[in-house]
Amino acid sequence: MSFSTKQALRLALVAACAVSVTACASRPKPMPGPTAPPPSYPAQPAHPPGPNGPVPGSVQDFVINIGDRVYFDFDRYDIRADAAPVLGAQAQWLVRYPSVVIRIEGNADERGTREYNLALGARRANSVREFLVSHGVAAARISTVSFGKERPIDPGTSEDSYQRNRNGHTVITGGAR
Amino acid sequence: MRLKTLMLAICALFATSMALAPASALAQIEVDVNKGDVQPLPIAIPAFGGQRGAEIAQVITGNLERSGLFKPIDPNAFIEKGLNVSVQPRFPDWKSINAQALVNGQVTVEGGRLRVDFRLWDVFSEQQLLGLQFTSTPENWRRVAHKISDAVYERLTGEKGYFDTRIVFVAESGGRLNRTKTLAIMDQDGANPSYLTDGSYIVMSPRFSATSQEITYMTLKPEGSAIYLFNLETARRESIGQFPGMVYAPRFSPDGGRVAFSVERSGNSDIYVLNLKSRVSTKLTSDPAIDTSPSFSPDGNRIVFNSDRGGSPQLYVMGADGAGVQRISYGDGRYTTPVWSPTGDFIAFTKQTGGEFHIGVMRPDGSDERLLTTSYLDESPTWAPNGRVLMFSRETPGGPPRLWTVDVTGRILRPAPYPGSGSDPAWSPLLN
Repeated sequence: MSFSTKQALRLALVAACAVSVTACASRPKPMPGPTAPPPSYPAQPAHPPGPNGPVPGSVQDFVINIGDRVYFDFDRYDIRADAAPVLGAQAQWLVRYPSVVIRIEGNADERGTREYNLALGARRANSVREFLVSHGVAAARISTVSFGKERPIDPGTSEDSYQRNRNGHTVITGGAR
Repeated sequence: MRLKTLMLAICALFATSMALAPASALAQIEVDVNKGDVQPLPIAIPAFGGQRGAEIAQVITGNLERSGLFKPIDPNAFIEKGLNVSVQPRFPDWKSINAQALVNGQVTVEGGRLRVDFRLWDVFSEQQLLGLQFTSTPENWRRVAHKISDAVYERLTGEKGYFDTRIVFVAESGGRLNRTKTLAIMDQDGANPSYLTDGSYIVMSPRFSATSQEITYMTLKPEGSAIYLFNLETARRESIGQFPGMVYAPRFSPDGGRVAFSVERSGNSDIYVLNLKSRVSTKLTSDPAIDTSPSFSPDGNRIVFNSDRGGSPQLYVMGADGAGVQRISYGDGRYTTPVWSPTGDFIAFTKQTGGEFHIGVMRPDGSDERLLTTSYLDESPTWAPNGRVLMFSRETPGGPPRLWTVDVTGRILRPAPYPGSGSDPAWSPLLN
């Protein structure tokens, strides 16, 4: 899809804004798969917005169509093969909407001690940051923080839950539509 | 004659009498805190006479019982009632219920001051081991009870007590996905808990200064982390300053003049030390690995810390200037949260192995490693000031963290006397 086509689509969608917000709110967030297979994410940079999709350039557009979390292996901070397409799409989206500023939050599972996990979360946040910068996102638009194991998104105690809690979370802090 | 001895026994003589008569000099009763197989010593602690007398005896009983080294006898078994501190107890009455030690006391209020006289007796040798007097304001009666507990513990074990102390910790509430973490402080027996922050942001890793009136801790907000110094007497709070990236894991040097901590920059954590007087900070480690959780040796000359520079988290010791880094942990598993004992003889740590977590101790050179606990998740050990007891936090799968204590032999393991959920405990030095 060419840039101009997307622009046209986006303009056309402005009128459908109110409807799309309601629709988005009930759409499930993509979750990672169970245990062995890594979390699945759209391999394509971005879904073209459908008639009821989120407003392009909005926080919802980013969260739903791009994906705001990537996942890591135990005590690792290298970008996994399944995370690279997601971060690639994040970078493209951020290049397209240059007024957006983000904070990358690094998270760890509970199978580690607090301070080490803070350090590990910081490494993960930095890995995401470096990926985005190397794919054209200005470093000045990115801040990072580590929450260590203090901000789990899954309360469970299975390996599946631990996996979800080992993530880098890209949070839009300003400039979105 | 006995009476005269009693009247002369005052607080000022306490230190002298201890020096002259260590516990080992009395063959009849002594408790070895370093042996793993000792039987708790049967001790009788009848209600003291006077105002608050029963409560003071209860606090002493609770302290000594929780230490695991003493077995307070049920007061219903007592034969002699209404003991008088000026009169020798009827020893046969106490022998017959097999009390080896007896503590009795009297509370008097004079001119708005609370005065507590107490005696510690060796029942079988019929000797007085301690005769002391403490005075305080009436509202401080619990501290008097803690000081008496410390005196009894020290006299009978030969080790310093740890009961007149406080714990600063992170009180936790709410579910796992919206946990509130509030900085809190309480007496070591769980009494007088109070909050120091409002719970609107995450707090972590509080630590006491050796002066005991100041703590350092870390706050964590989405916009970043900060390290604060907080004076418990004046409630004055100040930041240690701005650094690039995150700051975390603060610890005082033993003299209270420096704070060591981690600074994270571009994903890499190194250890810094800040001189609190000159406000000059020095980088101690420069390694692409994680370097964190520093803890000073009691003489302030060395620092043990956690690093994954060897491929997994392990413990390392370096000079306080960052020189001469040596790895000290070599067992299977992941070692974190090293804490140098205030007495210098051990380093406590968290070890993760085989899907479980342990609190353990090793010598500062890495020898004599012993694991004291095993659970789904144990972490954050902190030493009592006598270096013989550790407090730590324990979580069951899916449950909130609770505070526990274990002695250095691993034999005496029990929940701390705090009913709520808590993590990251830090034990104060003995109060003045």
